[in-house]
Amino acid sequence: MSDQNNKWIGKRTIRPDGVDKVTGRAAYAADNSMPGMIWAKVLRSPHPHAIIRGIDTSKAEALPGVKAVATAKDFVDFPIDKPVPLGIQDMRWMSRNMLAREKALFHGHPIAAVAATSQDIAAEACKLIEVDYEVLPWAVEIDDALKPDAPILFDANQFDGKPSNIAGKLEHKKGDIDAGFAEAEVVIERSFTTRPVHQGYIEPHACTVSVGADGSTTVWSSSQGQFMVRAMTSFLTGIPQSSIRAIPAEIGGGFGGKTICYLEPVAAVLSRKSGRPVKMVMSREEVMRATGPTSGSKSTVKIGAKKDGTIVAGQGVFYLQAGCFPGSPIRGAAGCSFTPYTIPNVLSTGYDVVSNRSKVAAYRAPGAPIGAYAVECVLDEIAQAIGMDPLELRLKNIAREGTKAVHGPTFPRIGFAETIEAAIKSDHYKSKLTGKFQGRGVANGWWFNAGGESSAQVNITEDGNVVVTTGHPDIGGSRASIANIAAELLGVDYNRVSVLIGDTATIGYSNLTGGSRVLFASAMVVTESAEKVIEQLKQRAAKLWGIDASAVVWDNGEARPSGQHTGNFPTLTLAEIAAKATETGGPIGAGSQQNTTGAEGGFATHICDVEVDVELGTVTVLRYTCIEDVGKAIHPSYVEGQLQGGIAQGIGWALNEEYVYDKKGRVDNPSFLDYRMPVCSDLPMLETIMVEVPNPKHPQGVRGVGEAPLVPGPAAVCNAVSNALGIRFFDLPLSPMRIVAAIDANMKQAAE
Amino acid sequence: MAKIHVTTTINGDSTEFLCDPAESMLDALRGPLALTGAKEGCGTGDCGACSITLDGRLVCSCLMLAAEAEGHEITTIEGMAQGDHLHPLQQKFLEMAALQCGICTPGVLVAAKSLLEHNPDPSETEVRYWLAGNLCRCTGYDKIVRAVMETAADMREAAR
Repeated sequence: MSDQNNKWIGKRTIRPDGVDKVTGRAAYAADNSMPGMIWAKVLRSPHPHAIIRGIDTSKAEALPGVKAVATAKDFVDFPIDKPVPLGIQDMRWMSRNMLAREKALFHGHPIAAVAATSQDIAAEACKLIEVDYEVLPWAVEIDDALKPDAPILFDANQFDGKPSNIAGKLEHKKGDIDAGFAEAEVVIERSFTTRPVHQGYIEPHACTVSVGADGSTTVWSSSQGQFMVRAMTSFLTGIPQSSIRAIPAEIGGGFGGKTICYLEPVAAVLSRKSGRPVKMVMSREEVMRATGPTSGSKSTVKIGAKKDGTIVAGQGVFYLQAGCFPGSPIRGAAGCSFTPYTIPNVLSTGYDVVSNRSKVAAYRAPGAPIGAYAVECVLDEIAQAIGMDPLELRLKNIAREGTKAVHGPTFPRIGFAETIEAAIKSDHYKSKLTGKFQGRGVANGWWFNAGGESSAQVNITEDGNVVVTTGHPDIGGSRASIANIAAELLGVDYNRVSVLIGDTATIGYSNLTGGSRVLFASAMVVTESAEKVIEQLKQRAAKLWGIDASAVVWDNGEARPSGQHTGNFPTLTLAEIAAKATETGGPIGAGSQQNTTGAEGGFATHICDVEVDVELGTVTVLRYTCIEDVGKAIHPSYVEGQLQGGIAQGIGWALNEEYVYDKKGRVDNPSFLDYRMPVCSDLPMLETIMVEVPNPKHPQGVRGVGEAPLVPGPAAVCNAVSNALGIRFFDLPLSPMRIVAAIDANMKQAAE
Repeated sequence: MAKIHVTTTINGDSTEFLCDPAESMLDALRGPLALTGAKEGCGTGDCGACSITLDGRLVCSCLMLAAEAEGHEITTIEGMAQGDHLHPLQQKFLEMAALQCGICTPGVLVAAKSLLEHNPDPSETEVRYWLAGNLCRCTGYDKIVRAVMETAADMREAAR
C-alpha cells in the first residue's frame, strides 16, 4: 500500500477519545461510583515472611458500618502442587497473591479485606483484625535467597533434588559454546546487577464490583484486559464467566503492570457477602509495596569475537527476581539478549528466583532490558578492545532475513540493518561531543512482540457512519490508529468513524493489551471486518441496481458498477446504501475473531549523549535518539510517543529508579518522592527515527512498537556514562553516590 | 464528627458543600462535588495529577484541606474549556498527541495554563521546570513541552 495513495493511514489524526481526556470527562477506574456503593480496604502483612496460624475477624465484623470481611478462605482453594495456568499467570499464585493463604510472603502482602460504609470505617476495621503470625526468617535479595541456609518460600519447590528458591530454569543453546570461545581472539566477561523498577503508571489500581442477588456480576476496573479480569475473577471466586461482565474503564497507564489483578476478585467476594457494590482504590504506597515491579537481576555475560569484529560466541547467565511467587521474565532476559545478532555459538540461561518481595508483574518487554543491558555493555567493551565503531561492530553481526534466532524461529524480512544504518547516518551520531565529561553510548534491543486472540465488530449506522468495536483497552492512542485504518479501508472521512472498547459482554474474546500486540492484532480483525462490510455494501448496491454483486467495485467510499455495467448507474455512497439497508436485506455490519500470528519481533537502536558532573555524580542526558523499525506507522505521533516513552523509562531505570529495602525487609521508598521517576526537567527533547520496513505478514505492514523502545535504554545510558568517564559501570542505577564512588576509586587507583 | 460547611466558588459558580475536617480538597472535588477530572496519583503532592488553582495559584488539591476553600476561588480542569470551546492548550494537546493514557493530562493542562498566565513566553527550560511537578510516565514529556510552547506562541500571536 503506497503512502501517496493513503488518505488516513499515516496521518496525525485527532484521537477519538481525545476531547474527553483533555476536559477531565474520561472515566478512569477510580472515577466510577454505583448506587449503594461501599468501600473496601486491605489489611497487609507487617512481616516479610510468616506462617499465618489464624485470623480472627470477629471484632472487625462487629464494628458498626462494616458490611463484610474476606480472607483467603473465601476464595477457591488451589493446592500449591498443581499448576493452574491462565494466560501468563498461574491461579495457585494469583489466589495467594490476592489474599495470603498459608503464609505471608512479603511485607505488604494482603491478609484480609474489609468492606464498610466509608473508607475510614473500613480502615479502622482492618486494625481490629487479629492475625496470629509465626514470624519466619526472610530473604529479599537474590544472593540471600540462594544461600545454602536460605529460608525456603515453598518447601515443595525442588531444584537439583532439594528444596530451593530457584523456581525455574530456561536454557537456549546453539552451536558449541566451548569451540566458539576457543576460536575467539578477544573475550570479555562481566557481571552485572540491576535493581527492581516499578512500571510507575500514574493511576493506582482501582475497581468497583457489583454482585447482584441473582449472582450477575459487574466489574468496572482499570486493566490491560477486561477478559483477563473476567477470567481471573471467575477462577478465584467460582462465579461463572457467563455471569461476569467486566467493563474496561479508561486506563491510566499500565506498561505491563495491569496485565494482572489485585483487587477485582477481592471486591467480588466482598460484594457477594455484603450484597452491596464494593469500590476499592489503592494508595500509591500500596501500589509500590504490593504491585509490580519488574525483576531485579544479577547476570554474567561473556562474548568472544575475532579481531575483525565477527562475534563467534556468546554466553549469558541471568538470575531474575520473581518476587514471592514463581514467574520472573527469564524468557525475556535469556531469550532476547543475543537474538539481535547472528552468533554461531550461544548458551543463554535464566534462573527464576523467589524471595520475600512483591510478586513481579510484566513491565514493557519483560526481562529483555535486563538481558540487553549486560550484552550491550559487553559489546561496547569488545568494540573498544578491537578499535571498532560500536554501531559498525553491531551492524557486522546483526540478525537478518533467514537468521535462525537462538530461541528457535527464523527471521523473515526485518528492518534491523536499516535501523542501524539510519542510526549511523543520523545527525545525532554524526554530531561531535563538546565537553570534557561528556560521553556517547549506543545499544540495540529486541523484543518478541505478540499476536494472539482479538475480536472486532464494524457496524454501519443508519445515517451512514461507522462504529468499530474492539476488545483492547486503549492505553496509548490505539483508537486513533484503528480509526485511521477503518476510514482508509471503507473510504470514509475519519470523523465519521468512532472506535469503542467493548466490554466482555459486547465483544468477543480479546487477549491482553500487552506484548505490543494491540494495533497489530486489532488491525487484522478490523481489516477482515471492513472487508466483509465492503462485500455487503457491494451486494446491497447490486440489489439496488439489479445487477450481479461481482459487477460492483468499492472505490473511495462508493459503490461503482463495473464491467458491462460501467457508467450505467450513478455511484452509491456508503451513506446512500446505509439509508436503504432495511429494504436491501437489513442492518450492515460484520465481525472478525482471529488468533493472529506473524507479529515478528521489534528492533530498536538507541544513541545517548550524557554529561557527568564529577563533583556531584549527577548525569544529565544531553541528547537521545531512538531509531526503530516500526513496520508501518499508522499514526506517526502515537508511534513516536511509544518510542519517546520507552526512552524516558530506560533513562529512569539507568539513572534513578530502584526499590530500596530497609533492614526489616520493607520497601523503604514507596512514594513518588523517594522512588524517583524522570520528571520534565530531567529530560531533553527525545528524538525518534521511524524506519518503515513493512511486516510482510500484516495487511498494513504493522510491527509492534510498544516495548522494544525500552530494551536498549539502560545499556545505552550506561555505555554513555562509561564513555564520559572512562570508567566501566556494571551496576544500576547509576546514582550520584555510585558514580562519585567510582570516580574516587579510580583516582585512588591512578594515584597508587 | 460534625461536618464543616464551606462556601466557595468553583469554576466561576458559587458552590456550597459539607466536608470532614480532615478531608482533602481533592476528595471533596471527586466525592460530593462530582468533579472527577482531578486525579489522585499519589496523595502526597508528588505527581501533580490533582492540580487545581486556588485564587489563581497552582496547588495540589491533595495537599489542601477542603475547608480551606471557604471564601476562595477554585478552578479545575472542568472549568478550562469555555462551553464547547476548548482552551488553546487543550486543542494543541489533541493536535500534537501530547497525551497517551491521559491520566496526568488534566493536571498537566491546569499547570500549563497557570504557567502561561504567569509567563506568556516561557523558554523550554522554564516549561520543563514549571511542569516538573507533574509526572507523566507515558510520553517522556517531549510532546507536552512542544505543545505548551506552540500554544504560547499561538496565544502571543493572537494577542498582538
